[in-house]
Amino acid sequence: MFSGFMIHAWTVATIVAVVAGLVGFFVVLRGSAFVAHAIPNGSFAGAAAASLVGINTLIGFGVFAFFGAFSISALGHRGRHDVATALTLVLMLGLGALFVTLSVEYTPEVYSLLFGEILGVSISQLIPTAGLAVVCVIAIALLYRPLMLSSLLPDVAEARGIATARIDLAFLAVVALATTMTVPVVGTLLIFSLMIGAPAAARSFTDKPLQALGLSVAIALAIVWAAIALSYQTNYPVGFFVGTVSAASYTVGRLWAAWTRHAGIRSPTGPRVGPKYT
Amino acid sequence: MSAQLAAIFDPGFFTSQIVQVAATVSALAAVVCGTVGVFTVIRGQSFAGEALGDISTTGGSGAFLVGVGPLWGFGVAAVAAAAVMELIGIQRPRGRDLATGIVLGAGLGLAALFLYLDSVYHNTTGATVSIVFGSMFTIASSAIPAVIAFSAIAVCLVAALGRPLLLSSISPELAAARGIPVRLVGVAYLLALAIAIALAAFTIGTILSTALLVGPAAIALRLTRSPARAIAAAAAIGIAATWLSILLAYDSYDWYHQSGKYWPVSFFVVTLIFLGYLMAGLPRRLRRRREIAPDPARG
Repeated sequence: MFSGFMIHAWTVATIVAVVAGLVGFFVVLRGSAFVAHAIPNGSFAGAAAASLVGINTLIGFGVFAFFGAFSISALGHRGRHDVATALTLVLMLGLGALFVTLSVEYTPEVYSLLFGEILGVSISQLIPTAGLAVVCVIAIALLYRPLMLSSLLPDVAEARGIATARIDLAFLAVVALATTMTVPVVGTLLIFSLMIGAPAAARSFTDKPLQALGLSVAIALAIVWAAIALSYQTNYPVGFFVGTVSAASYTVGRLWAAWTRHAGIRSPTGPRVGPKYT
Repeated sequence: MSAQLAAIFDPGFFTSQIVQVAATVSALAAVVCGTVGVFTVIRGQSFAGEALGDISTTGGSGAFLVGVGPLWGFGVAAVAAAAVMELIGIQRPRGRDLATGIVLGAGLGLAALFLYLDSVYHNTTGATVSIVFGSMFTIASSAIPAVIAFSAIAVCLVAALGRPLLLSSISPELAAARGIPVRLVGVAYLLALAIAIALAAFTIGTILSTALLVGPAAIALRLTRSPARAIAAAAAIGIAATWLSILLAYDSYDWYHQSGKYWPVSFFVVTLIFLGYLMAGLPRRLRRRREIAPDPARG
């Protein structure tokens, strides 16, 4: 289980989980689950296009991911992204369908693109993934304060002179970057489940942002590691285990939150307050 | 004249039974999606629609596994997913996004498993593409009665909900104040949404189904403010887009290097709808530019 090609899988999964935990925390905080779903899913068309014209799929992924991020940002207005996101997504997917049809040899790979093939990662895929991951983490670190403020209190952020529209675009670009590095190795499903499931579960356990961020990364790591181990044992696809374990961790989080609220430890919303205030 | 017509409509286009079935099914799907989609856009539930569409991949692949028609798989999966979303809290806008995402993640996980099992037990890799991207030209004519029944249920549901649905979509607080059971209306609407998505998935594939649901409705709501007119317009736009796409796909047989392959109908549907959405935004944008200085909020 820890030999040869499996080492690559473990390494890549760890990198992916860290990035997904970090970026996903803000995705959940900003309520932009749809965007986090649309950008990875839509950029799959880029890979199909790249294979049709015969260039590196990573380039195709990158181009389509950033195209998606920018057109969602340009078409949506005043924070209402949902129709723009849906239409951008389906346009990209439609192109993907066309490219897949036109390139004969590509069809079986559709499955691995959509659902990931983490066990087949090679060393040549590992290096760009690690490099982009570092860029992603640095970008989140630089954006941390304005991003946090504009996610939680958009009005206050505006008043303080933070260009929320620009922060929004920067954040979408980070999601696109995370997509480019992770999707080619793990598939669109895995990254989305991690980006939503882990942070959503983390937020049920704590209200403090930094703690939640750390917990989100930890839960993401636990999910992928468990999924790889289970997949290795059972031969079922990794994506299946990531999807279900993510949902299960969220369920546990919700139950925990309900239980602590019932016990009077936390107020149902807002920051932590003692029992005497509630 | 007839030569030009023959260049547009390939010989055999109108007599082909495949085309007739595709046109019938897509027209029904377009009407249902137009009706339901207008409310989806007003309620800001595009993500729920998209998620239900993706999750019907689970149903489609499951149906393939056990050997029943895909439409039933799509329908069962979409309705079940809608029920779970409702249970874990689709009412609050933010929690709703999250609930949708969680259900979507879990559903896609199952889809991964089913598609994997499909390829193991049925020894085919084609199932993924035909379920995910649709294959309108392979719909069997025997599916039409089921499509009609599904459509009738969805349209009747929306018609029965009528004004309470509209009011609770525009202003839930006002609707609640008037004594409308907002949550119940939401549940019934979600059921209609699930059926519409199943039909759209059957027509243009699971992950593209949102295009038919949200696209025509979004275009219609850019053109008119009246909900009734928007529904009619959305249905008409949906039918126009799908029929034109069927024609283009039928003609596309020898466009690309004489490849002798039909381009996917879904690709044309999606592209036409996206272009329509951009064009429908033009008049308003031009008017705004003429009347006032560029909107600072968009800078």
